[in-house]
Amino acid sequence: MRLELVKRPQHSALFSALSPFIALALTLVAGAIVFMFLGKNPVEALYYFFIDPLRETWSLHELAVKAAPLILIGVGLSICYLSNNWNIGAEGQFIIGAIVGAILPVMYPDLQSWIVLPLMLLMGILGGAAYAAIPAFLKVRFNTNEILTSLMLVYVAQLFLDWIVRGPWRNPAGFNFPETRTFHDYAILPEIWPASGRAHWGFVFALLAALALWFLLSRTLKGFEVKVIGQSPRAGRFAGFSRNRMVIFAFLVSGGLAGLAGISEVSGAIGQLRPSISPGYGFTAIIVAFLGRLNPLGIIAAGLILALTYLGGEAAQISLGVTDKVARSFQGMLLFFVLACDMLIHYRIRVTRPALATKAERAAEEPAHA
Amino acid sequence: MKTSMKAFAAAAVLGFAAAGTAQAQDPTKACFIYVGPIGDFGWSYQHHQGVLQLEKELGDTVETAYLESVPEGADAERAIERFARSGCDIIFTTSFGYMDATNKVAGRFPDVKFEHATGYKRDHPNVSTYNSRFYEGRYVQGVIAAKMSKANVAGYIASFPIPEVVMGINAFMLGAQSVNPDFKVKVVWANTWFDPGKEADAAKALIDQGVDIITQHTDSTAPMQVAAERGIKAFGQASDMIKFGPETQLTSIVDEWGPYYVKRVKAVQDGTWEQVDVWGGFKEGHVVMAPYQNMPDDVKALAQETEDKIRSGFNPFTGPINRQDGSPWLAEGEVADDPTLLGMNFYVEGIDDKLPN
Repeated sequence: MRLELVKRPQHSALFSALSPFIALALTLVAGAIVFMFLGKNPVEALYYFFIDPLRETWSLHELAVKAAPLILIGVGLSICYLSNNWNIGAEGQFIIGAIVGAILPVMYPDLQSWIVLPLMLLMGILGGAAYAAIPAFLKVRFNTNEILTSLMLVYVAQLFLDWIVRGPWRNPAGFNFPETRTFHDYAILPEIWPASGRAHWGFVFALLAALALWFLLSRTLKGFEVKVIGQSPRAGRFAGFSRNRMVIFAFLVSGGLAGLAGISEVSGAIGQLRPSISPGYGFTAIIVAFLGRLNPLGIIAAGLILALTYLGGEAAQISLGVTDKVARSFQGMLLFFVLACDMLIHYRIRVTRPALATKAERAAEEPAHA
Repeated sequence: MKTSMKAFAAAAVLGFAAAGTAQAQDPTKACFIYVGPIGDFGWSYQHHQGVLQLEKELGDTVETAYLESVPEGADAERAIERFARSGCDIIFTTSFGYMDATNKVAGRFPDVKFEHATGYKRDHPNVSTYNSRFYEGRYVQGVIAAKMSKANVAGYIASFPIPEVVMGINAFMLGAQSVNPDFKVKVVWANTWFDPGKEADAAKALIDQGVDIITQHTDSTAPMQVAAERGIKAFGQASDMIKFGPETQLTSIVDEWGPYYVKRVKAVQDGTWEQVDVWGGFKEGHVVMAPYQNMPDDVKALAQETEDKIRSGFNPFTGPINRQDGSPWLAEGEVADDPTLLGMNFYVEGIDDKLPN
C-alpha cells in the first residue's frame, strides 16, 4: 500500500477559513492526550494553560507585552511571505533595531528631552530596515538565497549585541556585568494604563501596524502587487511589476517592523540592553504569521494565542509541576497541525495498492511519477 | 472574580490572625526561578538540589514551586510577578540577569520576601542578595595544581570576563603561587556558560599547548572528559563530576545552596527574616570541595590544610599582591575588601593572558 498526495483542482474556501480553528482544536486534543500521559488531569491542565492566564487584569497586560513583538514582527513577515520573500532573519532585525534605537540613551544619556523617545523609535525602525536590506540587496544583486543569508545574519546580530554589551556599551556603574546603563525616564516607552499592569505602547504599535498593513494588502494597488508577484511572478512581470523592487520593499517593511518591535521591547519591557533581549520572538513570529493565514488581522489573533501558550506554560509549570518543554511542544503541535490542515486543503490523499493494480494500470501510472 | 478575590483576602486576614495564636497551619511557600533546565548538571541543577534538601529538611512546613529556563529579559519580571501573586512567601531568583526584575516586582509586593542570587541591588527592604565565595575553592585548586603539575602550567577554561570569573582566575593563580611562585596559568575564553563542544575544543587547545592540569569556569562535563581521554588531571565545576573522570578529577567546587535555603525559609517561618547581603564560603557551607582524589597523600593533606585555613578566616586575597603589570595592589598583610572583589576587572601578576574587554 502506498499513500500519494494529489493536488485538488479546487480547494474549499470554507475549510481554508476554518483551518486555523481546526488546527487549534486538534492541538487541544493532542495536548490533552499528552497531559494524560504525564499523569495530569487533562481538563485541569488545559484550564491552567488556556483559561487561567486570562482571568486577571495583570495577566492580560502580560499577554499584551508578550504578544506585541510577535504581532509586529508577524505582520511584517506576512508581506514578505505573500510576495515570496523568505525572510527568516527577523530575530536579527529585531536585535539590530534594539541596538540602533538604544544609541541615544546609552551613548548620550545627558540628552534628556521628550524628543529622545520618538527618535529612538525611528532609529529602531531604520536599524531593522537597514539590516533587512542586506539579504534583500544580496538577493536582487547576486540572486542569493535569502533564507540562508537572512538566517545567518541573525547569528551575526546576536554576537554583535553580545559583544557590545560586554565591551563598549558596558554600564560604567555595573561592576563589569554585561549590560548597558539603564535607560533614563525619557527613553522609556510608557505603559498604556500604568495603574493596572505593565503593557506598554508597543502593543498599540502592533495593532496600528496590523491595521495599516491590512489596509495596504486589501485596499491598495501595492497590496495587489504583493499578492500577484507572490502567486505568479510571471503574471507580475506582464503587469509591469518589478520583482526586485518588491524584494526590497518587502524586506524593508518587515525589517522596519521587526526593528520597531526590538526597540519597543527594550525600551518598554526591559529598560536596558543585555546579552539576550529576545526569547526567539523573530522565529516564533514565523509561526504567528502562518497561523494568522498571512492576514494582518488574523496575525493579531495568532500573536495573542502564541503569547497565551507562553503564559499558560508558566501557569501549568507552577500549578501542575509540568516542565517548561510542554509549552514548546504546544507551539510545535500548533504549527504542525496548521501546516497539516493546509496540506489537506490543497491536496487529497490517494491510497494505491500496487498488488491489486493491473500491470497496465501500473504502466499507465509510472510515467506520471517520472 | 472580584468577590472571590475579596473572600480570598478575608481568608488570608483570618489566617494571619489565627497564626498569631497558634502555629501557622499553612506551609510556607518557597518559589524558585532558574535560568537553565534543572537537568543541566551545573548551575540550575545545583540550585534545584538545594531545593530538594529544603523539602527534605522542612518537610510539610514548606511547599515549593519552580520555573525553569526563564529567559533573562522581559519574561523574568512576569515570571516573578506570577509567583508573587500565586501566594509565594519567599521567592528566590537564581541568576544575575534577574536583578532589575526582582527589584521591580519587590517594590510592588512589599509583603513577599525576595532573594536574588549573585546580584548587588537591594532597592527595597524585602530584597536580599546571596552568593558564594567560590574563589575560596579556586585558591585550594591552585595549591593542588602547583603541587601536581609537572609542566608547571595549568589551563583555565573561562566563560565571560565578568568579576566573578576574573576573581576565580586570580584566586587560582594566588593559590598556585603560594606553592610555586613561577607557576603559569593559560586562559581560554569560551564565551559560554554551557557548550560542551566549545569547552572540549578549549580543553584540547590548552592540552596541545602543554598544560597538564585543566580547570574550568564553565558548566559542562566536557573538559573533564577530554582531560580523562588525554590522561591528565582536571578539576570539576559546580557539582561533583567524579563519574566523568574517575582517574582524572582531583576535586571539584560544589555549590551547596541547600543550607542557605533552609535557613532563609526558616527565618520566614519564625518571622525573623531581614534583609541581608550574604556571601558565604567554606565556613557557611556554601562552598564544598568534592573529596580530594587522584593525588598523593601529602598533597591531600596540604589541600585540606589550605581549606581549613580559609575556613578559619584566611582570605586568599591577602597582600602583598601585585597587579599583572607589576604595580602594587595590596600591601603586606592588607586584605581586599568585598566591593573590590565583586568589581574585579584586572589580573594579578603572573597570569599569561590579556583580559578581554
